[in-house]
Amino acid sequence: MLDLAKSRWHPIAAAHDLPLRHVFHGQLLGREFAVWRADDGYVNIWENRCLHRGVRLSIGINDGRELKCQYHGWRYSNRTAGCTYIPAHPADAPARTITNRTFAAIERYGLVWSAEEPQGEVPEVAGLAEGRLLALRGIPVNAPADVVAARLKGYRFQPSGRIDGSAAKVAVEAASTFSVVLRSSEADATTLAVFFVQPVDSNRSVIRGVLDGQVEGAARLAVLRHHNELLSRLRLAVEAEAAREPAPAPLEPVIERVSPELAEMPEESKHGRKATIRVEVARKWLAADGIAGFELRPIKGLLPTFQPGAHIDVHLPNGLIRQYSITNGPGESDSYVIGVKLERDSKGGSTCLHETVREGDVLAISEPRNNFPLRRDSVKTIFIAGGIGITPLLAMAQALNNQNLVHELHYFAQNEAQLAFPEKTSTLGASLKPHLGLSPDQTGAKLREILSGYGPDKHVYLCGPGPMLEAARHIAAEMGWPETAVHFEYFKNTNVIDDSTSFEVALARSCMTLTVPAGKTILEVMRDAGIDMPSSCEQGACGTCLATVIEGEPDHQDVYLNDAERKSGTKIMTCVSRAKSARLVLDL
Amino acid sequence: MSTAALCSDRVLLNDWHVVADLANLSVGAPFHTRLLGVDITIHCRGRYNKEVVRDDTGALVTSTKRYGFLWACLGKPERDIVFVPEAEEGDRYLVTGGSIAVKVSGLRMVENFLDMGHFPFVHTGWLGDEPHTEVAPYKVELTAADELVATECKFYQPVASPTAKGGFVVDYIYKVTRPYTVALYKSNPVQKDRLDVITLFVQPVDEDNCVAHPFLAYLKDGIDEAGIRSFMQLIFAQDKPILENQVPRRLPLDPRAETPIRADAVAVLYRRWLRDKPVTYGAIPARM
Ligand code: FES
Ligand SMILES: [Fe+2]
Repeated sequence: MLDLAKSRWHPIAAAHDLPLRHVFHGQLLGREFAVWRADDGYVNIWENRCLHRGVRLSIGINDGRELKCQYHGWRYSNRTAGCTYIPAHPADAPARTITNRTFAAIERYGLVWSAEEPQGEVPEVAGLAEGRLLALRGIPVNAPADVVAARLKGYRFQPSGRIDGSAAKVAVEAASTFSVVLRSSEADATTLAVFFVQPVDSNRSVIRGVLDGQVEGAARLAVLRHHNELLSRLRLAVEAEAAREPAPAPLEPVIERVSPELAEMPEESKHGRKATIRVEVARKWLAADGIAGFELRPIKGLLPTFQPGAHIDVHLPNGLIRQYSITNGPGESDSYVIGVKLERDSKGGSTCLHETVREGDVLAISEPRNNFPLRRDSVKTIFIAGGIGITPLLAMAQALNNQNLVHELHYFAQNEAQLAFPEKTSTLGASLKPHLGLSPDQTGAKLREILSGYGPDKHVYLCGPGPMLEAARHIAAEMGWPETAVHFEYFKNTNVIDDSTSFEVALARSCMTLTVPAGKTILEVMRDAGIDMPSSCEQGACGTCLATVIEGEPDHQDVYLNDAERKSGTKIMTCVSRAKSARLVLDL
Repeated sequence: MSTAALCSDRVLLNDWHVVADLANLSVGAPFHTRLLGVDITIHCRGRYNKEVVRDDTGALVTSTKRYGFLWACLGKPERDIVFVPEAEEGDRYLVTGGSIAVKVSGLRMVENFLDMGHFPFVHTGWLGDEPHTEVAPYKVELTAADELVATECKFYQPVASPTAKGGFVVDYIYKVTRPYTVALYKSNPVQKDRLDVITLFVQPVDEDNCVAHPFLAYLKDGIDEAGIRSFMQLIFAQDKPILENQVPRRLPLDPRAETPIRADAVAVLYRRWLRDKPVTYGAIPARM
């Protein structure tokens, strides 16, 4: 019976067991669930165990978008159950693959249904009209589900319209291992009652009853009380019957092991520019003057978990590949929203998106990558956005806002009409500070004002046009901000790349020595040699193709590393940077 | 009491374990407890004489008193009770009285004690506070004496101890001396060059239950004994509900059972060390 039970849908909660910001402890066939409804209405049914140290997530905190574990504060996203933040390591983006096990969820008849390995559909009951129902209180019973279901066939009750009567006739309309359909009639009143028996464990069940027809007010209370009393009586009788048999051993559901890489806290998986996900342009709109908004929905399944600051590669119909930051707030996991500015000197990327791509089109995108991770251990975080540089910072500000962490979002633009995504920025309240129509000098003065008052545990995040970033970084340095507190992302690398040198690259772990000739990049030479190396922008701006330098002097030509990182000589962006020494040894 | 699995790990059977705080024992009131799955009763024969008896066989169990606790060994003691040198220093309070029963394997209890990452979330406002959540890299090693030592541990704490006024970064050293014994050394807020010591003797009641017996050796400067005791009780009471919600209750030694991060370096080594001993009682062995 129990093998069969695994593939069936069972109710595991009543819809009203999932009130706002609550986490419900559910159980089916011995397996525990953490069940929670996000503010967008999505019902999450997860293995009730934090992947970190096994603490029950049912004692965690539902903040409406993410579930936070009580023990070390790991955060898991609505829908995907992917971990988005590990507070012990605020500077790192968690490996995307730390994802909890999820189970299917369907709401029907006022109940939440799930299954371990669902086959087929949630049971349809003829005569039960969705919405015009009364769900009874769940009655837990210490007895096996089939024993309970057998007893329920003999359940006698009054129709809701004649609750005070005593002469009702009750007929069994259908019955199976896990459900019984009864009809009670007296005179002109008739009520259909369906009882689903949830197999909690081998010897524990919950009776979840649903009546057809709506009853309101005092009559409703009377009906609920009527069934409560009768079902409690039935419960005692079933338990007495079950107690005569030896209790079956409790079920021991298998908890899946984590992947071998996760057991060792891995690097992110390595791959080149792969567009592994197909999405549909569900919506395209003018997010601001000259900025198109795109909402990208998965063709099938769920989109991977993203973190604030992450970007995706978008593969365009014209063959170009462009990077765009995900602007979503935490838990907004049913689509990715990006903003694309029409560039006057566009090589065809933004023009294609603005002019050719339409709603309903299918695009290929990469998994999200996060090379601009957000620390959440600051006493105050300052975001400084210039123009379309708002996009990653918008995702970040929403994340901090959701956690009530102190932050300011300074948004520089020419005029009001150029402020993008007003529907998102408006949720930030007073932390949003637009600065409109400032000249370069005025911008400098404003940055000075914003960046005054550095203190320990403050961090600043910058994104915007090159000249503004340069200015902001200089001012921050002048005002005493250490480089470790200044985080930035350039849209593009405007440096003129000098690729005239030639040198040798030794790959320490792969035991390989390669020659990089003039006109080719380290990345290209490695790819030619069959080394799988991730990359994205391939112009030294995004940080994806970073490698560790063991020996030799890099010739940095990127805009991703900060000065301290450059000086340390231990990191290199392999897509543009080269070597000053004759040989570089990389940890690859 | 229900029956529990018995222990077959010789390292544990032939070692000493705390079975009671002496302050909780009184003449005329036999004290029932359990050690490694064996139900035992402690009788006080007069003021100084304690007897530990197995409930199943009625046999006398080897026992002795030290550091304010009663200790027992079910087998033949192969080594002495853990030595706490600070207990000999005259300017310290030696404090017991924080013993707390927790429905989880004692090995999980030890691991919790080694874990700084949970301070801001479980001991909010005392041992940590959001958003100061970072666990900076620290060093771990296995010493020649077969002890696990974690050094250069640092954590921001709002109220690190009963005398601390305001938050500061506290330095810690952790030492695991036996499978069920762990010690913590932290800088004293008044005499910065000396360390306060908390040793946690965990009584393996059975595989899924333990009693944590903290033993504190705190410098007396500007502090009172009652204050330390209630601080300690508060901290352990905060851990209890979290630990009792760990699934499974026993400590999994399989590296793929849970997901360690760099902050857990000492726990990773602890699990490996247990696996190598091997200690199986209170653990779920690694799959091959
Ligand atoms: S156990 Fe959940 S965050 Fe550590
Ligand atoms: Fe703790």
